[in-house]
Amino acid sequence: MKNSLYLKGLKDGFPIFLGYFAVSFTFGISAVSSGLLPFQAVLISATNFTSAGQFAALSIISGSLSYFEMALTQFIINLRYCLMSSSLTQKFKKNMPVIHRFLIAFGNTDEVFAVCSLYPDKLSPSYCYGVISAALPGWVGGTLLGSLSGSLLPESVLSAFGIALYGMFIAIILPPARKNKFIAVLILISMILSMLISYLPYLKNISSGFRIIILTVLLAGIAAFIKPIEESEETK
Amino acid sequence: MSGNVYIYILVMALVTYLIRMLPLALIRKEIKNKYIKSFLYYVPFVTLAVMVFPDILHSTSSIYSALIGFAVAIIAGYFGKSLIFVSAVSIISVFLSELIIF
Repeated sequence: MKNSLYLKGLKDGFPIFLGYFAVSFTFGISAVSSGLLPFQAVLISATNFTSAGQFAALSIISGSLSYFEMALTQFIINLRYCLMSSSLTQKFKKNMPVIHRFLIAFGNTDEVFAVCSLYPDKLSPSYCYGVISAALPGWVGGTLLGSLSGSLLPESVLSAFGIALYGMFIAIILPPARKNKFIAVLILISMILSMLISYLPYLKNISSGFRIIILTVLLAGIAAFIKPIEESEETK
Repeated sequence: MSGNVYIYILVMALVTYLIRMLPLALIRKEIKNKYIKSFLYYVPFVTLAVMVFPDILHSTSSIYSALIGFAVAIIAGYFGKSLIFVSAVSIISVFLSELIIF
């Protein structure tokens, strides 16, 4: 394992640790209040490692919906990972041992993907493991503390930490947008359409998972059609 | 609650993992098609932009503190500051704005 790349990943993953801790803390609280044991809440976070899907699962479990409905809901909410994994796989060397693909797949959350996919070079597994080693303890640890004690942190601190992940996303997509006006416009249009879908009547009933999938397929598809990337751009 | 919690957890973990794992395990060759390559290149920008907005407005206890945090993150991000820096200043700005104004 290349130590320096692992450490770099760990460092880049630190904001994820903070953000995850806050989000999963609230997940822990919700899980216990919907009737799960702290152990079960932690087990969910340690085996699923995803935010929206886990929150949705709570209402399915407490409402005693069928296992099929659980599978279908998770499929819809998490289908975006399919796009992310398809994109991420291009960043790896073709001959990378397949075991790394199996392991990294587990850790490919929105945030880990965000950090890894815009790494300015071919991706090394060590770097990915570094990012995941920062993110996973934040997710599991936050769930544990949240489920054991909902009143551990004051409300004002939890509220402020809620923005951590979004701040990180912005830090990831803005620098390339500054250099490339096409990407800047693409981001702006994405946000405007996302807002319209979230607030307009009828459209706002679309789940956040579907909103992400629909807009990603539509807008990335149109962008690729209007402005296909040149060979030199792909490693940016 | 009447179903078995552990079966629920198994089902959700399995579905989530397979969605993440299959593309990584199955697509190993470099994609040559220029259109698909371009599509995958643009995916993270659209996905992250859609995830940020408008959800960021509801990520804190007040839409106003969220707007301040959003603005601070945009300014810091635009100047190419590191992930941890941008994240930290947006957290601090939310905390301070809630402390002072709301």
